[in-house]
Amino acid sequence: MEEGVRWQDQLYDLLRRNNITQFAYVPDAGHRILIDRSLADPGAHSVALTTEEEGVALLAGADLGGARGVLLMQSSGAGNCINMLSLIKGGRFPFLTLVSMRGDFGEGNPWQFPMGQAVEPVLKAMGVIVLRVERPDEVVPTVTAALTMVFQSGNAVAVLLTQKLLGAKAF
Amino acid sequence: MAEIDFAAAAANGFILDRCQAVPALIGRHEDFLFVTGLAGTARDIAALTHDGAHIYTMAGAMGGAVMIGLGLALARPDKRVLAVTGDGELLMNVGALATVAILNPANFAVLCVDNGHYGETGYQKSHTSLGVDLEKMATGAGIRRTLTVGTEAGLAEGARLLREGNGSAFVVLKVTPTDPPAFKRNFDPAACRERFRAALLGG
Repeated sequence: MEEGVRWQDQLYDLLRRNNITQFAYVPDAGHRILIDRSLADPGAHSVALTTEEEGVALLAGADLGGARGVLLMQSSGAGNCINMLSLIKGGRFPFLTLVSMRGDFGEGNPWQFPMGQAVEPVLKAMGVIVLRVERPDEVVPTVTAALTMVFQSGNAVAVLLTQKLLGAKAF
Repeated sequence: MAEIDFAAAAANGFILDRCQAVPALIGRHEDFLFVTGLAGTARDIAALTHDGAHIYTMAGAMGGAVMIGLGLALARPDKRVLAVTGDGELLMNVGALATVAILNPANFAVLCVDNGHYGETGYQKSHTSLGVDLEKMATGAGIRRTLTVGTEAGLAEGARLLREGNGSAFVVLKVTPTDPPAFKRNFDPAACRERFRAALLGG
C-alpha cells in the first residue's frame, strides 16, 4: 500500500481505472469517502438511492448500455436487494457491490445483528459470491480480484468491508 | 376471481384501450430503447416491436423497470430511453421516481400504463383504483415534466413529452382494465440481455 494514501482513495481510483462510472448508494458512513469522491467526479454518475434494490436494477441497466457500476451499501441494505437479485442471476448480469458491515465484529447495536449475520447466507443463496476484507492492505487486491470476477467472468460479487477493517460502532 | 367493475373504472377515467393507446403514444418505436415491467407492459412493447432487440422485458424482479431504464439512460446519453411500467410495478418501488428526479437525465422518460388493477393475477384493484394518483406522486418526487393522459385528445401532448425536453418526463396513460396484446415474447432474461447488448453495442 502506498504510504500516506487512504485505502478508500486507492479503492476509488481503482474503480475508476476499471471504468466504473455509476456509483449507486444509500448514504452510509462506511462508504463516505467513496460517495464524496463520486459526487466530486465529473466523469462519474453519483446516484443516491431511496433503497438499495434500486441500485441492483440501475446497474443492470448500466450493463445493457455498456457501462459499469458499483453498488455501495451497508449490510442492512443487502436484505433490501434479495428479490431484485433475480434479475442479476437470471439475466447473468455482472454485478459488483461493496458492503460496509454492521452487526458483526464488536457491534454495539443489537438491531444490526439479524441482517448483519444474514448477509453472507442470503447473498450466496441468490448466487452472489462473497469475499471478505479484514485489513487495509487487503482492500485493493480483493477488489481487484472482484473486478476481474465480475467484468471479465460475468459474475455477481459482494466484497464485505468488515468491522475489523472499518472499526465497530459502539452505538 | 374478482369481477372487473368496468363502469367504476370508466367513472374513474380508465377509458382508453391500451392496445391502441400505447402504440399511438409511442409512435415510431425504433426511436427508443425500451425497458418494460412485467406482464402487461412487457406484452404491449413486445407486440409493438415484434420482440425487437431494442427492448428489455421483465417477467420477475418486480419494481425494477424504472431503475433499469435510468441506468441505461445514464450509460447512453446519445439514445432516448423509455421505461414502460404498470401501476402495480411502479408502486412496488415508487421511490425510484425520487431517484429519477434528482438525476433528471434529459434522454429518459417513464410511461406508466395505469389500468388500476393487477391484471396478471386476476385483475384485483390496485391503489390507483382507490384514489392514489401516480402523477401527483411523481410531481411530489420532484419530476417537473409530468402528464396524465386519459383521452385520445391527450395523446399528442403525451407523445411530445416522451420524446422531447430538457429533463426526465413521467406520463401516466390511464387505460381500461382489459388484456394487453396476446404476444409470446422471449422469457429468458440472459438471452434478452445478450440480444439487447449485441444490437446496441455490437459483438
